[in-house]
Amino acid sequence: MNLLNLVLALPLAGFLVTLLLPKNNSHAIRLFSLVVSLAVFVLSLGLTAPFHATGNGNWFVTDVPWIQSPEIRYHVGLDGLSLWLVLLSTLLTPVSILVSWKYIDRRVKEFYAFLLLLEFGLIGVFVAWDLFLFYVFWEVSLVPMYFLIGVWGHERRIYAAVKFFLYTMAGSVLMLAGIIFLYNKAGTFDYVNLVDLLQRGRLVLTSQEQLLLFLAFFVAFAIKVPLFPLHTWLPDAHVEAPTAGSIMLAAVMLKMGCYGLVRFCLPMFPQAAHQCQSWIVILAIIGIIYGALVAMVQPNMKKLVAYSSVSHLGFVVLGVFSFNQNGLDGAVYQMLNHGISTGALFMLVGYLYERTHTLEIKDYGGVSTPAPMLATVFLITLLASIGLPTLNNFVGEYLVLQGSAAVNFNWTVAAAVGVILSACYMLWLYQRVFVGETNKDLSHHHPFLDLNGRELAAAVPLLALMVWMGVYTKTFLPVVSAANQRIIEQSKTGVETLVEKQGGKRIAELRELIHGR
Amino acid sequence: MADNFMPSAAEMLRFLPETVLIVFGTLIMFLDALVGEGKKAWLGTVAIVGLLLAAWGTVVAWSNPGPAFQSMLMVDGYATFFRFLVIAVGVLTVLASVTYLERERADSGEFYALVLYSVAGQCVMVTANELIMIFIGLEISSISSYILAGYLRDDKRNNESALKYFLLGSFATAFLLYGIAWIYGATGTTNLADIRRVLSNREIAPALGLIGTSAALMFVGFAFKVSAAPFQVWAPDVYQGAPAPVSAFLSAGPKAAAFAIFLRVFMTAFEPVADKWAPVIWVSALATMTVGNFAALLQSNIKRLLAYSSIAHAGYVMVAIAAHSQIGTEAVMFYMAAYAFMNVGAFVVVAHFARQGEKYVNTDDLAGLGQRQPVTAALLTIFLLSLIGVPLTGGFFGKFYIFKAALDANLVWLTVLGLLNSAVGAYYYLRIIVVMYFKEPGESMHDLQPLAAGTQAVLWGSALATLVLGIYPSVILDFARKSAALVK
Repeated sequence: MNLLNLVLALPLAGFLVTLLLPKNNSHAIRLFSLVVSLAVFVLSLGLTAPFHATGNGNWFVTDVPWIQSPEIRYHVGLDGLSLWLVLLSTLLTPVSILVSWKYIDRRVKEFYAFLLLLEFGLIGVFVAWDLFLFYVFWEVSLVPMYFLIGVWGHERRIYAAVKFFLYTMAGSVLMLAGIIFLYNKAGTFDYVNLVDLLQRGRLVLTSQEQLLLFLAFFVAFAIKVPLFPLHTWLPDAHVEAPTAGSIMLAAVMLKMGCYGLVRFCLPMFPQAAHQCQSWIVILAIIGIIYGALVAMVQPNMKKLVAYSSVSHLGFVVLGVFSFNQNGLDGAVYQMLNHGISTGALFMLVGYLYERTHTLEIKDYGGVSTPAPMLATVFLITLLASIGLPTLNNFVGEYLVLQGSAAVNFNWTVAAAVGVILSACYMLWLYQRVFVGETNKDLSHHHPFLDLNGRELAAAVPLLALMVWMGVYTKTFLPVVSAANQRIIEQSKTGVETLVEKQGGKRIAELRELIHGR
Repeated sequence: MADNFMPSAAEMLRFLPETVLIVFGTLIMFLDALVGEGKKAWLGTVAIVGLLLAAWGTVVAWSNPGPAFQSMLMVDGYATFFRFLVIAVGVLTVLASVTYLERERADSGEFYALVLYSVAGQCVMVTANELIMIFIGLEISSISSYILAGYLRDDKRNNESALKYFLLGSFATAFLLYGIAWIYGATGTTNLADIRRVLSNREIAPALGLIGTSAALMFVGFAFKVSAAPFQVWAPDVYQGAPAPVSAFLSAGPKAAAFAIFLRVFMTAFEPVADKWAPVIWVSALATMTVGNFAALLQSNIKRLLAYSSIAHAGYVMVAIAAHSQIGTEAVMFYMAAYAFMNVGAFVVVAHFARQGEKYVNTDDLAGLGQRQPVTAALLTIFLLSLIGVPLTGGFFGKFYIFKAALDANLVWLTVLGLLNSAVGAYYYLRIIVVMYFKEPGESMHDLQPLAAGTQAVLWGSALATLVLGIYPSVILDFARKSAALVK
């Protein structure tokens, strides 16, 4: 059993043990789940070792048969693309547990059990190399999140939970059809095999098949990202979820969709991806600007952050569909950045809510006077989210913009507007909540407290990462670049192979697609 | 020639499960007269012993497979698979019924005897290799089921249910019998393999109109029995009205057996004209899924909801039949097994929850079950997730194999529409989970009893089976694969 399997199995074991713990002893349950999730995190740090030594490659591969026929394998492994996403999941789970410490006071046992199950599903999604296994984890992660929103959420939680489940389900059944179709055609669910077969022209998909398959996968991922106009479940889910749910949802779950685009859509259906490039990019840019504009007019803080996610994730999609090194690197970096800064934003909004039980911006004002530490942490996070140089988002956004400029400069200009808008809504938010005269109603019942040790402990790792990822990208980026480089190559050979197979007819057109206009 | 009519010992052994079931059923009828009031639960134990012995008989029969009684029966892997399945459903039903019948003050041996007879009929159906045997098996099974559906004689709902089931069921068997008569007239035989031989021989094959009419008539009969559209209207009324354990039984056992013969007849006898009937099944599959799922969205009575859900699931199975391939047959076999466990489980939770006189059968009554009886709620959640088709449950694998078979047969549109249908279906199952976990307990919770031992056994057993089929489907799938090639 290698380290990766251990990292995957431990949350599941933790989930099962938590179910068996006596339900009255809330404190023991919290402590147990925290210990488990911290242990997972510490172990997962070990996963980085071979990458630091070599910079690239597939590590911790386990490939054993699960079901004989149809041949489904338990095939998991780690490459530069998955590595940081796995670490993001293992980091944010203990953070979420810390954040929920006081906030969750009913049905404590189920709550922490579901958080651990969620962690299991999320890690699984990022390490599965068998399409079937991937689908299993994809769906499994849906169930705990559904309960987290539905049981511990706010007023309209049921509507939000059901909408969340049905949206994802509707998208993923089409992906399932695509997966089965591929299996019937290629005789394997194995991602590595499939890509290899496609590369060497052993498995040939007609243009139409490729387009339909691409769309089947793409829609499932685009719902999860979410890409405009499939994003409507997101504000509901985020606003209604408890703080920990919002954090996990924004920081990690949305990345499942982005990850899927990079991992599956690009190398397996390169031609279709190129064909659809322009309208997907247009949707991404609409998402960037629309998300920012809608965020600006939100009276509700959580909703504001939710719409800012729509805007930020537009950048990820833009980067992915630039099909070049900078764009992809930026997109993947941006996934991590968004996970950390938006995760932190949801956490801080959660802290505010715990103190006042309101999310309306107008109920706040001058919070920095009673809670200077909270205000500072919030400001740093918010600046990171805007994309201030020396903080993490700047790196990602810059790379995405540069990548897109190499393809079409107009896209860059349009997307850059989104950056400006994000400064507007974020700073305005800060101004209305933290600056100015202290709203008297705030400390009406209780004194408005600053961050306590536990709350700070949950925030500090994220703050540290914002700075670290902003000034010393060398820790993170080379590994990602190496993995992306391989994906770009696979994508190119994929098209080249098709060109050979399809004869001369459309060669010129296709070559143009690959090598830029 | 004459001594050929005396069945050999080997042939008698191939008929062992049915024999055991009939003997035990009759035994229970006699014992019923001897056992005093209030001790009838003991007869349930006798019934369980009978069913377990029948399962053992199935093993014995399988150890020496082959035809019996002039090839009227055929003990092959396919028959063995379904024999086990219907016997398992019988065991679950009896276990779940003991407490239920005590609660309704209606315990008597008659109930258990009828379950055994019905299971015996289903065993005959799935083993039958010619049309008259199929018909006889179907009648044994159905007539027992009609009585079971109306078992609580003083309950109006039970009476309505039984009457509807009886009238429409007889109607359906009449269609089937008429179809049998036509094909006998056209081919001169009722043996499935012989019919196939006649139909595939161009020189002696009867006119397509004759074959088509008989196939259509038989299709009507089978479609009634499996509640496929447009012949599904009876199912919601019957499942809603019948005692909950009986609904569980009806939706799993007789349905599995009906699908078994449906497949055997169409995949053996009518296979030479498969390209003619497959489009009909295609349409019926789509209609069945859609009607089931969309009607279920509107239900507030949970038994009725599960009835529509069972129609929807029949639609998924029809998809696999429309694929008319060996993989399709495998998929049907696997799905019926997975479906039996998850559906019986769900109905048995309802039976437990409904309390005396089945007072609480609305979805809203389940409010707060997650807090009051977390274990019951968790088990029901497993069944519901499996019915939705979430991975790591049997229901997911079942759907997966079905749609895999469909794509293999190039039924792309049916697959896409079917999968979208299953996403629609998620909504009404989720609603039950919503009520159980997300709503606060209401007055419906105040006199809820803990789970009885028999009910617990059923629920844990079904949940375990559902998960095992989801995580390690090979246990059943390997057997299904070996036996899906029907004897032709």
